[in-house]
Parts: sequence; structure tokens; C-alpha cells
Amino acid sequence: MKILVVDDEADVQPLFLQRFRKEIKEHQVEFDFALSGEEALEYLEEKHSEVVLILSDINMPGMSGIELLSRIRKDFDAPPPPVVMMITAYGDDENHRQAIEHGANDFLTKPLDFSLLKEKLKTILT
Amino acid sequence: MFFFYFLAALLLPVRLRRLVERTNMSPKWRQPLLYMTLGIVGLFILTQKALDDYEIINAVIGILALSGVVLYLQLQPEFVKFQFYFNSHYPLITVGLVSSVIDWLAPAFYEKWDYIFVCGELMAFSWIFIRWAANKKQREELQVANLRNAELDRLVELRTAELTQQKAELEKTIDLLKATQAQLIQQEKLASLGELTAGIAHEIQNPLNFVNNFSEVSIELMDEMAEELAKGDTEEVMAIAGDIKQNLEKIIHHGKRADGIVKGMLQHSRASSDTKEPTDINKLADEYFRLAYHGLRAKDKSFNAELVTSYTDGLPAITLVPQDVGRVLLNMFTNAFYAVHQKQKKLGVDFKPVVSVTTSALNKAIEIRVKDNGTGIPDDIRDKILQPFFTTKPTGEGTGLGLSISYDIITKAHGGKIDINSTEGEGSEFIITLPTA
Repeated sequence: MKILVVDDEADVQPLFLQRFRKEIKEHQVEFDFALSGEEALEYLEEKHSEVVLILSDINMPGMSGIELLSRIRKDFDAPPPPVVMMITAYGDDENHRQAIEHGANDFLTKPLDFSLLKEKLKTILT
Repeated sequence: MFFFYFLAALLLPVRLRRLVERTNMSPKWRQPLLYMTLGIVGLFILTQKALDDYEIINAVIGILALSGVVLYLQLQPEFVKFQFYFNSHYPLITVGLVSSVIDWLAPAFYEKWDYIFVCGELMAFSWIFIRWAANKKQREELQVANLRNAELDRLVELRTAELTQQKAELEKTIDLLKATQAQLIQQEKLASLGELTAGIAHEIQNPLNFVNNFSEVSIELMDEMAEELAKGDTEEVMAIAGDIKQNLEKIIHHGKRADGIVKGMLQHSRASSDTKEPTDINKLADEYFRLAYHGLRAKDKSFNAELVTSYTDGLPAITLVPQDVGRVLLNMFTNAFYAVHQKQKKLGVDFKPVVSVTTSALNKAIEIRVKDNGTGIPDDIRDKILQPFFTTKPTGEGTGLGLSISYDIITKAHGGKIDINSTEGEGSEFIITLPTA
């Protein structure tokens, strides 16, 4: 299962790779990263058919996560549509409502609870 | 006719006393002149009783008394104005002396021409009165002048006291104003700190998350490492050790990042620290750009803007007070975000807010441009926006001191300038120019 993580913080990348060390080793999941919404769209242009899950930060300079979400739902929603989970440091209702309204499947808050994320991934895998 | 000499000697202090009565000379001369008068009267009675039969001696005593009074008063510097009056006594003294000498040397001759001498004495005596009368006007003027002087002195004194009091009051007011100004500046700092807090909390949250996450994942890796060691897979153990080391470095990095943010926050709130230090203007601008954005975002979640940064690499470091210029930048950014946010509220989702910051090098100066596509500044308030306490924000939201303090920081403390380009409805651009040398 290919997962795209979109976050402007570069250190998110080693973190995910280590947190999912076992899963990667066992080839259950595979990660790709983008540092901005724009980069994510470029990536999806080529590989949207491979990506099953997109995890995106909402609060990024330039294109916001919400904007990226609506672009994904507009341009890359060919069935099966990718599962999109939004992540934000501002875990408030407004953000949540906006994310769901724009078509997010789930909503996570920072700091990320990786065991919870793994649980959620399992339900997607099965 | 020795009586005339005593009378003249008596009248002189009496008249003088009346003259000085209502002037500032009065306290000093009232008593002496009175004693002089009494002395003459006493001397007259004494000579009259004791030497009734010796008219010449009586006359000489009278002349001497008169001469003594005249000479004594004439020598007083205060009475220099009355010289004419003192001088008018000399004819009487002269006539008296001459007639006394003749009476003494040639009594027969004196007896024969007695009436001429008496006539002379009368004329000389009258002369004193004529001179006195002739100068009455002069004396009156003197008196008036003296009175006026005294009145003026009094007024000047009064006025001086008033002015001294006013000066003291004004000095007190100035001190109070200075204290209030310092307080207001501090208040503005606290207000901008409030704006920063949310941004800072967000900025600190990120590195803290990393510190926690990398620590947790390292613990997991240690367990894995132990498993691999038991299996004897040295290669895998080495790989895991490498990862752990990398994680620890990340923890240090993010710990320091949080540390820097907290230090910056303390610096910002510090009451007064005006040490100038070489500063990377790009770093400073970026730090406050993010803080301002997150500060506003934390307050209003619906707000979003495109942040465009265009930093020129290799700019020379400028010697400045980082937290002061930081405040200026924060103020510019906050205003820009406020302006686009207001416009967004009005126009809705069709409006794409953009705030940009650009740094560039000029000849011996660095320029920072903060541009937004917000509401812009209406023409009628453009002159006022730099004035203290001027704000367009609702009561309680702005101190009205942001731009005015910013202007002072840039122009007075750093020798730079702030230029403003703005079109109402289109957006604003604030251009800060700071000299490099």
C-alpha cells in the first residue's frame, strides 16, 4: 500500500520511516513524501493510481491542506478514490468541519498518535 | 537772628522725612531723620536757655548745626537727588557766617547796618523756600516714580513666583508624560506579545512533537536492536544504531529550535534592551512572518493566506536591535494579514489573500518590502496612520501605537525610513529601508 505524506516539515520523513520500520520491512506499506501541496499535486499527476492513502498537513505555507484536498477530490478522484486523512496542530471544530466538508475521510491532530494511525491503516488494508 | 539757622536746620530733616516716607528708603531713614529733628529742637532750647545773652555764639552754634546737618545729608549716597535742596542752604550759611564775623569784629558797624544783615539773612532763608517750591514738581515725580518702582517690583516678584510655580508644574507634567509614554510603549510590547503567543505556541509545538516522537521511536529501536543482537545480526544492529544516533541528533536539533523560539519570545518582551548586533535580516523577517501568520491563524481558524517570500541571498548583516526591528516587522505583517483578512470577510471565498515579504540590497542599504492585496489605506487617513493612538480597529483591538512606535524604531533608532504605497481596495506596501553602514 502506497502512502503519500504531505508536510512542510522535512523531519516528518525519517519519523514515518522509523515508526513504520517493521511494516516497511514486511512490505505492508510504502511511503512517499511531499513538502508542499504543489509538490503533492505534481507527484499525484504521475502516480495517483498507485497511491491508496494521502496524509496531509492542513497548515502549510502556500497551498493549504484544505486546498490540496479539494484539488485531489476534483482531479484525482478516479475510482477507487484515495483515502485522505488531514492532520493539523489546530485540533478545533472549524478545521475538522472544513476537512470533512471538502471530502476528507478522517481527521488527525498533532502530535500524531502513531498506534492510532496504525489501527486506522489496518481497517483500510482489510 | 540766629533763630533762622535753627529753623532751617530743623526744616531740612522734617521735609526729607516726609519725602522718603512712602519710598523704600523709609525704613532706613525715618528714625535717623526724626532724631535729627529732635536733636535740633533740643539744641535750640539748650542754647536759648544757657546762652541767652550771647547772640553771636547762639548764631554760630545755629550755623554749625545747620552746616553739620547739610554736610552730613549731602554725603549720603541715597540723597544724591536732593543736592539742589542741600545746596540752597549755602547762601544762608555764608550770610550767617559773614554777619557773625562782622558782628564780632565790628559791633558798631553791625549795629548801624543791622537791617541790611537781617535783610540778607531773610533773603537767604527765603531762597531755601523758593528752591524747595520750585522743585516741588520734581519731588512729586520722584515720589510717583518711587511708588511705581515699588509697585513694579512687587508685580515682578509676583510674576516670578507665578512663573516659577508654572515651571515646576510643567516639569511635573513632563515627568508624568514621560512615565506614561514608557508605560504605553511597554503596553504595546505586551499587546504584540499577545499577538505572538499563539504563533509561538504553534511554533514550539512542532519541535516538541518531534522531540517526543523521535524519543519514542528510539526506545522502540532499542528493543529491536536487542532482538537483533540476540539473533546475532550485526549488520542490522549497526543500521539500527545509526538510526538511533540520527534520531538523537534530531532531538537535539528540535530541542534547540524550541529553545531559540523561547529565547526570542523573552527577548521580545524584555522591557529595554537596546544592544545592537549584526543580524541576518532574512532570518529575522522569516521568523516574524511565520509568527505573525500563526498568531492570526490561532485566533481565527477560518483565515488562510498565501505567504510569498522572496529573500535575496547573501545580504550583508545589519547592525540593529533584533527585537525592536522584529517588532516593526511583526507589526507590518500583522497589519498586512489584518488587511487581507478584512477583505476576505467582505468578498468571501473568491478572494485569494496574498501577503509577501521581499528583501533586497540597495546601495549601502537593505530594503524590506511587506506587501498585501488587502483593503488598502483610504486617502483621508493616510496622513494619520503614523500618529500615536490612531487606529482603525475596533476599540480594544488595537493600541494605535504599532505604526507610530515602528516609525520611531526605524527612523530614530536605526536611521532608516518607512515608505508606504497604498491604493484603497487594492492593497498596501510598506517599504522599510535600513542603512548597512
